[in-house]
Amino acid sequence: MVTEPMAQTLTSQPATWQAAQVPFDEPITDWRHRHLLDVDTLSKDEILRILSTASAMAEVLNRSVARTPALRGVTIFNLFYEASTRTRSSFELAGKILGADVINVSGSGSSVEKGESLVETLNTLSAVGADAVVMRHHASGAPWLASRTIDGHVLNAGDGQHAHPTQALLDAYILLQEFGDLSGRKIVIVGDILHSRVARSNLWSLTTLGAELTLVAPRPLLPAALAPGAAEREHPLSLPSVQVESDLDEAMVGADAVMALRIQNERLRGKLLPSSAEFARRYQLTAERVALASPDAIVMHPGPMNEGVEIGVDVAHGPQSRIEAQVSAGLAVRMAVLFLLIRGGS
Amino acid sequence: MMNSMDAPAMDRAVTRIAHEIVERHPDPEPLMLVGMRTRGVPLAERLATRIEGIDERRVPVGAIDISLYRDDLAQRPHARMQPSRIPEDIDGAVIVLVDDVLFTGRSIRAALDALIHYGRPAVIELAVLIDRGHRELPIRADYVGKNIPTQRGDDVRVSLLESDGEDCVGVYEERMARGH
Repeated sequence: MVTEPMAQTLTSQPATWQAAQVPFDEPITDWRHRHLLDVDTLSKDEILRILSTASAMAEVLNRSVARTPALRGVTIFNLFYEASTRTRSSFELAGKILGADVINVSGSGSSVEKGESLVETLNTLSAVGADAVVMRHHASGAPWLASRTIDGHVLNAGDGQHAHPTQALLDAYILLQEFGDLSGRKIVIVGDILHSRVARSNLWSLTTLGAELTLVAPRPLLPAALAPGAAEREHPLSLPSVQVESDLDEAMVGADAVMALRIQNERLRGKLLPSSAEFARRYQLTAERVALASPDAIVMHPGPMNEGVEIGVDVAHGPQSRIEAQVSAGLAVRMAVLFLLIRGGS
Repeated sequence: MMNSMDAPAMDRAVTRIAHEIVERHPDPEPLMLVGMRTRGVPLAERLATRIEGIDERRVPVGAIDISLYRDDLAQRPHARMQPSRIPEDIDGAVIVLVDDVLFTGRSIRAALDALIHYGRPAVIELAVLIDRGHRELPIRADYVGKNIPTQRGDDVRVSLLESDGEDCVGVYEERMARGH
């Protein structure tokens, strides 16, 4: 099994948080969410339920036959309008391990190229019996539209600059596995916050879990809602309260975890940044900067990485990096989310 | 509620099952006890302790969660899933599956499906504290603590020191169980 060594790293450390979450004879409660559009509607208990289910799913990956019949008879469509390697393949594998039929539809090579609208495409998927649609789209809110259009479950696999809930959940999984509890833990997110749906979703889930978040970015790469003074103006798009910092060295002091975001060249188009070399000089996660953090701090990145731009090559592959573990955690977390959404409610 | 088994009776039942297992599978047969979550797990651990007392033999104990293998997943919400733990390679092993109550047999069917995804054991046997009848599948136990005749709608509840603070088995008749 290709997944075996990765899965072992996931289950090798007994995590106290997951045992603590599961008392004997807990009443069987319905999972109340039909869709996963973002993490902002999830309570702390619900996030922990997803993550403890994910830790049970990680064990499934170690079996000599990593297949289960839990979603037998269920049809899942992966509808991806944007490029993706890890999210799409891990959603596909997650569905297959749970016994579902998974069908991939991408923007290119489908009727989308012939001008079919999103709603038409969704209606077609509904008509052929989609029980769930996993969706990535360049427009923020497209999965919300889908949830209003089709009968099945909708899972947001990344929409525009809005949300990437499964990425945030797998990040929380890695952090909880490392620290057991996030209360008071200092987590730094550095890079292009403005365009990052990963950062936006992480803002919600990590603050819900009690972490102290510091965002570091050059001013043009910060959303208006987070710009200094935004909180006082009661910005309509207000986000959870976090620290905002422009000096990475200062933010790194005492950090328990630091997450570097990808510089999205396709979205910046040279407008907001003078050059990637200038960005790297001030904001690259280098070994010297990591050394300013707590000695057992971990380094994360949602991928794909521009090594040598937002993160140093030695840091990306060093002992404090959890970047590979993030990828394998993604599989277990997506299995948990599919299982809870499709089988968690009556 | 009828108290069908008190703590000393439960203790004797577990000890007797441990003796029967040792008799049927003497050292050095590669024995492993696998408890079904949740109450099968402490029972399997107790059996392992007894077997060590009888035979000075450490028997590995595993735990299996059947959430992903239930045949009623589409009909009702599932309980919270917990990790399974199979401590050793099960190829060629003698596995004794342990559960608190044997009823329809459907959970056992699910556990068998889950177990064979770990490998190919030589034998799988079944030990239960209580057999209450009303099987819906061709499944029987190899070791039984106590047979308790019940009505189909009755509720049989096993309490264990580890999970519930006391050792006892209660049978709640149908109308009481419904009100519960």
